[in-house]
Amino acid sequence: MSHGFWSLVFGRVDVESLDFLKAFFHPGLNDIILSGAAWVVIFGAAVAAALLTRFRLWGPMWSKWLISVDHKRIGVMYIVLALIMLVRGALEGVVMRAQQSDGLHGGFLSADHFAQLFSTHGTIMIFFMAMPFLTGLINIVVPLQIGARDVSFPMLNSLSLGLTVSGAMLVMISLVIGDFSTGGWSAYPPYTEPNFQPGVGPDYWIWAVTLAGLGSTLTGINFVVTIFRERAPGMSFLRMPIFTWNALCTSLLLVFAMPPLTVAALMLAADRYLGFHFFTNALGGNMMNYANLFWQFGHPEVYILVLPSFGIYGEVISTYSGKRLYGYVTLVIATMAIGFLSFGVWLHHFFTMGQDADVNAIFGIATMVIGIPTGVKVYDWMATMFRGRIRFSVPMVYALAFMVLFVLGGLTGILLANPPVDFQVHNTLFLVAHFHNMLIPGTLFGLFAGYTYWFPKVFGFRLNDRWGYIAAFNWIVGFVLSFMPLYVVGLMGMTRRAVSYTNPAFEPWLHVAGVGAIFITAALVSMCVQLYVSIRDRELTRDIGGDPWDARTLEWATPSPVPAYNFPVIPHIHALDAFAVAKGAGLGYQEPVSYSDIHLPGDTYIGVITAVFGTALGVGLVWYMWWLAWLAFAVIAVSLIARAVLGDRHPVTIPAAEIKRKYRAWLEVVRATAPVTRALEWDYRNHGVAAAEYTKEAAE
Amino acid sequence: MPAPKTRSREQAYRHDLRGYLTGFFLAALLTITPFALVASGTFSTSATLWVIGVLGLVQIVVHVRYFLHVDLSRQRREELYLMLFSAALVTLMIAGMLWMLFNQHARMM
Amino acid sequence: MNIVVRPHGLTWVAGHDHDHDRVATTLSGFWLFMMSDLIIFGLMFATYVTMLTPESFAGGPTPKELFELPGAAMETAALLTSTFTFGMASLAIKYDRRLSKVMLWLLVTLALGVVFLALEAREFTYMLAEGAVPQRSGFLSAFFGLVPLHGAHVTAGVIWLVMMLIQLNRTGLTGPASSRIARLALFWHFLDLIWVGIFSVVYLGGIA
Repeated sequence: MSHGFWSLVFGRVDVESLDFLKAFFHPGLNDIILSGAAWVVIFGAAVAAALLTRFRLWGPMWSKWLISVDHKRIGVMYIVLALIMLVRGALEGVVMRAQQSDGLHGGFLSADHFAQLFSTHGTIMIFFMAMPFLTGLINIVVPLQIGARDVSFPMLNSLSLGLTVSGAMLVMISLVIGDFSTGGWSAYPPYTEPNFQPGVGPDYWIWAVTLAGLGSTLTGINFVVTIFRERAPGMSFLRMPIFTWNALCTSLLLVFAMPPLTVAALMLAADRYLGFHFFTNALGGNMMNYANLFWQFGHPEVYILVLPSFGIYGEVISTYSGKRLYGYVTLVIATMAIGFLSFGVWLHHFFTMGQDADVNAIFGIATMVIGIPTGVKVYDWMATMFRGRIRFSVPMVYALAFMVLFVLGGLTGILLANPPVDFQVHNTLFLVAHFHNMLIPGTLFGLFAGYTYWFPKVFGFRLNDRWGYIAAFNWIVGFVLSFMPLYVVGLMGMTRRAVSYTNPAFEPWLHVAGVGAIFITAALVSMCVQLYVSIRDRELTRDIGGDPWDARTLEWATPSPVPAYNFPVIPHIHALDAFAVAKGAGLGYQEPVSYSDIHLPGDTYIGVITAVFGTALGVGLVWYMWWLAWLAFAVIAVSLIARAVLGDRHPVTIPAAEIKRKYRAWLEVVRATAPVTRALEWDYRNHGVAAAEYTKEAAE
Repeated sequence: MPAPKTRSREQAYRHDLRGYLTGFFLAALLTITPFALVASGTFSTSATLWVIGVLGLVQIVVHVRYFLHVDLSRQRREELYLMLFSAALVTLMIAGMLWMLFNQHARMM
Repeated sequence: MNIVVRPHGLTWVAGHDHDHDRVATTLSGFWLFMMSDLIIFGLMFATYVTMLTPESFAGGPTPKELFELPGAAMETAALLTSTFTFGMASLAIKYDRRLSKVMLWLLVTLALGVVFLALEAREFTYMLAEGAVPQRSGFLSAFFGLVPLHGAHVTAGVIWLVMMLIQLNRTGLTGPASSRIARLALFWHFLDLIWVGIFSVVYLGGIA
């Protein structure tokens, strides 16, 4: 009777599920690490709550951030989530490297633990680090670059954030209660079917990924419409900055590529929860359809991950070469071509699954074709740098590392595009090395470059350069040492996701990879130190003029930090790189002829409600606590319906007089600030006003 | 009291009404035909399937043109491009999927 | 003397905010949402087709054994007519502007939608009672994945219709209400469009 009551209320939670107790039941390094991670989460949450209380930050956090619909704030929250998850995801990678370094002797982790690690590592890095990071940057930058006040659907924006957070919470909760899936980030059945994994692991994966995926789809819709409809007058498509073009393509990919993931995950859920036979071994399931559906999502997904970084590199390379982007139109065409072609290559993720050579050949050729537009982009970026006046800023260092390392990784991709080659190296560490070679120099370095580049615009002061270089150095060296050896052991035949191995020839290479992991840990630490030092020194690096890098695009024509309404008056655009052109004519800081009142959307509770109750919904579904799942679903549904019925109850109006006063005050301060040439870009004298150094050339 | 319809408004109303009626009757025809064909069983299975498929696609176009009002006019250009793009993508995804899975199926037998 | 100043790059001109485009913007967003839904249905259709093999039947019921023309025909008639009646409601909003007429057509649409759902519920109940449950085979899983997914969408549409009728009753034919009904119209027409696929591929394709 009491057992019945327990399972009604707590579903299938039992003492075994409590990870923080595991080390007491099975003392040993493996379980100490497991329980240790659980305690870190518990303590981390407790410490965060304590600090918020101590410094009375609950109120401001609620009123200024959690219920905000301002795209800049939402963007910052996405990036904060991403950076926290980066720490966890990277440390998981480091632990795996350590395990494999010791793998010839069995290592210190159980096979099960290792399997959870590679599953959470992949899931976190893709869905809860890279996606939120790029979504955050797109959120902050795109409305500013197109001269808009906000996105087309601000409330939906907050909802998307809430959904992403709820997915991330599920993955964090899986550290404390229960185990995560051991089926990898791709969660292939039949291994993830209930007869092989009846536990909570795959269910955590399903609901985390489905919730986050829904959020991403809505973000895609939001930004496609925003870029189509909210552009400032005069900003035709071919006058949009390259980052916005890449964001548009990414958003279109989000709209069309997330649905296959939703289908695959929900079909798997139907198999697990309702006994369906989509992917089972028995009674007519077709497990190969899962790989098909998952990779119909998965391939465009990797372009979703890399295209925003391509856009960032375009901005960064152009700005720090003091030159406009070479071949803008070819870059646009290449971007859209990559976007479309990305839907035609997904089969290359499972060349070995059993279809015949003709099918493989077609998809192999398509995969090689998609390398061409990327090559065009690399040539365009190189041509942008050629004869420019290059500054080796931190973002530029990342961009240069990208151009060398990503091309190498891209070449291994062309190798893998050959089915006969792929048959040899499929599921080896060669593949692992390839995709990390794409994701780290490609996606991650781009995101770091963007983070550094746009930081002063968002927060009003620059990041510390010295620690930026140290972090970049550690990331670059760490990446090379960690992953280049993996190409070698992959070619030697070492299988991926192996907790241990028996071939001693692998060991020296994996030792080198282990050293790389130490550099990556150092890189993480450096970034934390950089943040601390930057905040400490923020008065010295204040960005008053809003243009610390003498950049070309519209977001730099604003004060730093940017006011809630972005622009005092919506600008009329007359050229590509409009801000650079204006500066070239000495018109960088103009005063509007007249002002008018600005209407902004009001705050919303929807994001917070979705984050909290979305998490509750996930927990309820994972642990079979049906009352919780229904309750959470009902709360979310009622909230959305209430919002639909009541509408935006508190829109904000900012009077013209106030805007005028603030803007004029800013212009006064700017006039009192000494402009600096690029030679002083890193100096403390750089307060965000650029000297007319290249004038005519910069305006071209 | 309904607002008095001007002549052009009356014409516009009749034009729109005709559109809906045309769409409805075309769709009904395109529905009854394959149903009747299957019910009577006059054609071979494969011929019947072809007819069902083709008429179904035509009816989808009828729906898009007459109910969703997406035609070749300039105002509807954006929706047209979006539908064509989506149709192209979904065709690519379904075609690739069917080709691959039936290929695998054949090789398993 | 007229001095023409050539604008350089950008100029700040007050008073240009995009509020008047709000209806079109919202509709665009809804179109995109429908396209993402189209991908989901497309993949469910394709999955269904790949599960029309003997292995996927797993010795259980096959389409020929399960599906009957009369039921499918009635469901089709109900849904197709409802799409037409919604069109009549849209016309009434555009030209007639009489609230009673609009609500009448919407009410007829709602009734037809409910009839469709009732017919479908009856069909599913019958199937389940016969042992044609999704847990029986891959083919049945695919069927119960595709067709009830459509049914769930119709249910959502019916609920939305009810809410619109309530709103119209309270506030009348306001701008926001018309904008919402335009989105619902898009949704409703898409429901019938997907149904064309379902009766063609599932029912007619299965029986032929």
